[in-house]
Amino acid sequence: MSGPRSLLEKVWDQHVVTAEAGGDPALLYVDLHLLHEVTSPQAFDGLRLAGRGVRRPDLTLATMDHNVPTTDPSVPVDDELSAKQMRVLADNCAEFGIPLLPRGSANQGIVHMVGPELGLTQPGMTVVCGDSHTATHGAFGALAFGIGTSEIEHVLATQTLWQAKPKTMAVEIEGRAPFGVTAKDLILAVIAEIGVSGGAGHVIEYRGEAVASLSMEGRMTVCNMSIEGGARAGMIAPDETTFAWLEGRPHAPGAHADGSASFDAAVEAWRELPTDAGATFDRVVRLNAATFQPTVTWGTTPGQSVPVSGRVPRPEHTGDAEQARRALTYMGLDGGEAITDIPIDRVFLGSCTNARLSDLRAAARVVTGRRVADNVRAMVVPGSTLVKAQAEAEGLDRVFTEAGFEWRQAGCSMCLGMNPDVLAPGERCASTSNRNFEGRQGKGGRTHLVSPEMAAAAALAGHFVDVRDDPRAGDATEARDTRGA
Amino acid sequence: MQPVTVITGTMAPLYRADVDTDQIMPKQFLKRVERTGFGQFVFHDWREDPDFVLNDQRYASATVLVTGPNFGSGSSREHAPWGLQQHGFEAIIAPSFADIFKTNCAKNGLLTVELDDDHIRELVALAHADPAAQIRIDLPEQTVESAAGVARFDIDAHTKHMLVAGLDPIGLTLQHQTRIGEFEARRLAHRPTTA
Repeated sequence: MSGPRSLLEKVWDQHVVTAEAGGDPALLYVDLHLLHEVTSPQAFDGLRLAGRGVRRPDLTLATMDHNVPTTDPSVPVDDELSAKQMRVLADNCAEFGIPLLPRGSANQGIVHMVGPELGLTQPGMTVVCGDSHTATHGAFGALAFGIGTSEIEHVLATQTLWQAKPKTMAVEIEGRAPFGVTAKDLILAVIAEIGVSGGAGHVIEYRGEAVASLSMEGRMTVCNMSIEGGARAGMIAPDETTFAWLEGRPHAPGAHADGSASFDAAVEAWRELPTDAGATFDRVVRLNAATFQPTVTWGTTPGQSVPVSGRVPRPEHTGDAEQARRALTYMGLDGGEAITDIPIDRVFLGSCTNARLSDLRAAARVVTGRRVADNVRAMVVPGSTLVKAQAEAEGLDRVFTEAGFEWRQAGCSMCLGMNPDVLAPGERCASTSNRNFEGRQGKGGRTHLVSPEMAAAAALAGHFVDVRDDPRAGDATEARDTRGA
Repeated sequence: MQPVTVITGTMAPLYRADVDTDQIMPKQFLKRVERTGFGQFVFHDWREDPDFVLNDQRYASATVLVTGPNFGSGSSREHAPWGLQQHGFEAIIAPSFADIFKTNCAKNGLLTVELDDDHIRELVALAHADPAAQIRIDLPEQTVESAAGVARFDIDAHTKHMLVAGLDPIGLTLQHQTRIGEFEARRLAHRPTTA
């Protein structure tokens, strides 16, 4: 325990219930367990079957996000199976005393939006959820990772998990992101560099000037897609940006009148968390943000991407020609096309990657006073009900609807297409989400991952365009701070 | 959980890289609230291709899936290992697996075996040439035996022990309740609750 330690090692050490010994992993305490309707029902069944209870319902929070329709919440859910899953979650939460943010509640939203918004996600915590994008919470300097249903049941029963200590990877991004290059482009560049399995077995710590200069919301976008680089978790050291974002949120220290802990005392503890000088990592990857460009994926993994100024590669010029050929066939591309020549049918502005207020503002700046191209159907799905309300207070909903976008209720929506928001077979979508897997947004649908600015610009043009040609696109790393909202 | 020791049978070859859990178990089947009934949906969309390996009756009763690197990437859905297992697979052999998927498999007694790529390509070739070719995976001995030879594989001691003994991890952890309680008593005061 002596000697310089990394952020991960410090958070790890603070949560060890029983240490690694004799080949056994450590038993690690979980500070916050987030639940949603899709991956939890069988875990609750398991508890009932074994006659077990939930150890800490007061460290557990549930919301409905994956299945929820993004239409009027006062209208019952048509899809019987979806409705049943939501009903089962509500019943389980009632039975075990777990707080729930149901469809229609003012704080409902994508589970990875809700934790930070409520101030529940804090530096130095361990956060788990039955969803691989739990890595999002690492933006606050928390160790946050996705788990399966068996581990959900384990955490419900014991508030702990058996974990082998992961390896550490530093991703150092020096320099400042140029005009038009967003947090989304940063993480797509990282994934292109390390590959979709490059982070396996590791927890990534994102470091360097380009990371430190990001807003909290940009940091969440970066950490969110750690799993797309194979890493179960990504983390960023907490700093003044983190503290300012948290202060005054409903569950932030000092917010409760019971005087249990002051915000300043918490900040003092959080300042101890960043990686010590001289700490070492199992692997170090260095990148320079000055070389980054707005990025577009062309294939069926998030690692298959090129700068917007580039062309779709020919299979023989990729590392795995057979895989690239399969991807291009699925995507309806030949290879060699200029990215800006690719026409689109749909635009999805949403997901736990890119549906925070700053994302909507950035897209709205591009859209203001313009019209969505004929033949393009474009949709905005705010990540949470709170973001939706904030955006409406600023008039962003009108900016989008006047341009021809649909303005929807909060949820996961077309990021994974479990609700009615799906692509039709063959439809091509510019999407701000995180996965371009085959069928992800609807069977036969073709997904290109981009930043909100790029998605907005594509919606207007009907094909991909370089946002750097549009002065309104703005420098996202400068302009995206939503603390005042 | 049933103990896992020796797995025998035939192989289904599916040598593709980065097979994600959206392919293994597409999202439309995640709406079930039960833990069973997923076997018929495994690789649902790929099975629309008549040439897909699992549509070939000679591979229908395979117990071992032999596949490419980074198998199980993407979503944390445990419905993916449930589907593979309920389809009839008892083990998956790949050069590497995605982290969450691998953990989920272990919790369900679905054995994941990592072998070097050269040996896997030999197994794939063997299964293509002779769909009836037998394979034997011995977990206690950490070996894979087939006409392609004998290969040793690594597995962490804890996972191996849990699988071989068929232990219930929650039951095991509940033996540490006192330690968990002691830890809770010394947790930092500023950690939030959801109440």
